Amino acid sequence: MLRTLLQGLRTPVTESAPLAMLAADLDRAVQRRLGRSLAIREVDAGSCNGCELEIHALNNAYYDLERFGLRFVASPRHADVLLVTGPVTRNMREALERTWRATPDPKWVVAAGDCAAGCGVFADSPACIGAVSKVVPVDLVISGCPPTPAQLLQGLLALLNAR
Amino acid sequence: MSRYCSDDRWVMTAVDATYWQQATRAIAAGDATLLSLWGEPGRIHMAVFDNAIVVISLDCPNGLYPSVGASHPPAIRLERAARDLFGLDPVGLPDARPWLDHGANPTAYPFLPVEGESLHQIPVGPVHAGVIEPGHFRFTADGETVVRLEQRLGYVHKGIDRLMHGATVARAARLAGRTSGDSTVAYALAFVSAVEMALGIAPPPRAVWLRGVMAELERVANHLGDFGAICNDAAFTIMLAHCGMLREGVLRCAAECFGHRLMMDCVVPGGVAADLAGDAPIRTLIDAIRARFPALVDLYDKTASLQDRTVGTGRVSAELARQFAAGGIVGRASGRDFDARRSIPYPPYDQLHFEVPVLHEGDVNARVWIRIKEIEQSLSMLEQMLNALPTGDIRVACEPHRSAEGVAMTEAFRGDVLVWLRIDEAGHIDRCHMRDASWFQWPLLEAAIEGNIVADFPLCNKSFNCSYSGHDL
Ligand code: SF4
Repeated sequence: MLRTLLQGLRTPVTESAPLAMLAADLDRAVQRRLGRSLAIREVDAGSCNGCELEIHALNNAYYDLERFGLRFVASPRHADVLLVTGPVTRNMREALERTWRATPDPKWVVAAGDCAAGCGVFADSPACIGAVSKVVPVDLVISGCPPTPAQLLQGLLALLNAR
Repeated sequence: MSRYCSDDRWVMTAVDATYWQQATRAIAAGDATLLSLWGEPGRIHMAVFDNAIVVISLDCPNGLYPSVGASHPPAIRLERAARDLFGLDPVGLPDARPWLDHGANPTAYPFLPVEGESLHQIPVGPVHAGVIEPGHFRFTADGETVVRLEQRLGYVHKGIDRLMHGATVARAARLAGRTSGDSTVAYALAFVSAVEMALGIAPPPRAVWLRGVMAELERVANHLGDFGAICNDAAFTIMLAHCGMLREGVLRCAAECFGHRLMMDCVVPGGVAADLAGDAPIRTLIDAIRARFPALVDLYDKTASLQDRTVGTGRVSAELARQFAAGGIVGRASGRDFDARRSIPYPPYDQLHFEVPVLHEGDVNARVWIRIKEIEQSLSMLEQMLNALPTGDIRVACEPHRSAEGVAMTEAFRGDVLVWLRIDEAGHIDRCHMRDASWFQWPLLEAAIEGNIVADFPLCNKSFNCSYSGHDL
């Protein structure tokens, strides 16, 4: 059984050159800025769930977000970054505002996906407020529908470098 | 007024209130199955399965119609939603609360009262601990044991029905593909099939088969993800690590073959957006999964601590599954032998050999096993499709210029997706209703958790993996 458990997980998965370089950049940036830790609280503010699938993928062995010290936390009280998806629905507005208020300063907000960036295909819906920036201040936008895990990593790196 | 439009699998007709009530009685008695109920200004519709799909429509100019939910509980949430969205009032429905419309003060929702000694309540959500969609769960517990769960959904209501009105067919297909991102292929397929049926357009054979390839890739990716995530919720994280890698392999294969990891916008009206250049990546993927998956299944089967969590947990009775017409995994794990791919066959499935696994235990373990068996079936179907892939065009023109109605059902990874639509004279979507399998699965989750401990909820929830977005629209 032990063999099954470890098979394929013992050696890191080899990645294409651009992604490996991105990983190295990210690693350096996190260390410089944060001494290896950044806590991310994900908030689905009306997503179709496509963005969540790709954010989930950041945790798989290929991207392995935690190796950079970036990790998802359960409570906004533990978070440095709110990673928000979706065209902020009317029904999620208050929850998003409350989550933002519950996150201690200093904090950063990343709007991930075309919906969070500017309402995406749901533009003009009376049930949606629209871009995340209409509800809470946004520090970085990662576009894509959904953004790929590599694009999400790139975005987080940009956030670290910009600060 | 009477509108008939049919092929041998579908019937659509206008009815009067008497017929509507007869149909309601037949559904409540279990003689027919309610597939969906939806509104539009001045009219209410319901889809019923009775060997064929029957869509009946009732004019209600004063906004009133006889409630189906009053005698058939699975219709209650659909009726509350139709009231929120179109102001149609189900006469006789005792539950006057809104459902998708949270109004100006979203926290002022009257949950059902609970009475009893030593009970306490645990409110959870809408923002949850993990990376999942938002919804509210109100648990009433007696110590560790859940005596009742009440869900409140609608948080991700995006107004998709409203956006569909007046949209071009091409834009509407993109919207359909974003109703529940994890089922983007199944939704796009159901939508374009309804359009093509309405207009009498036949997509090229190669496109039909490529759609099948995409749909099965989507199913495999999701089932792998769920298998890992369910085990993870039972604190067996290594399975998530393995399944996460296999799932990533499927998404990368999809990106390589069709240009998008989730295959969004790859199924388009009239065909598919991109041709498959070569089938080598998919064949390699099938081999890779076949090489590694059986060991994981074996591991699942032989790990007593894992089985201890999944066996007997979160049971759904066969009777409830039948009454609610629970589709997909939830239904088939509780003895409901229904799969749109076989029960209302559509191409290319009518030309493939496959089994529809059905189990009877109705617990988390059964829902895991349905997924395992379906992964095996999908791999076989993928192989069959690649071996028999027709050559030729991948798309025909699909620009409607007349009014027409269409309906279609596809089998997404979590269950059947029903789409009914009407195109107006200008060729735009006039009304499009999409019913996710989750509508009839969510209420069963409330039943499944009863008598279980609070700590087993994440496990039960994940074994259902209902869609919030697909339900909230
Ligand atoms: S950006 Fe695309 S994938 Fe993300 S929530 Fe919006 S529609 Fe879904």
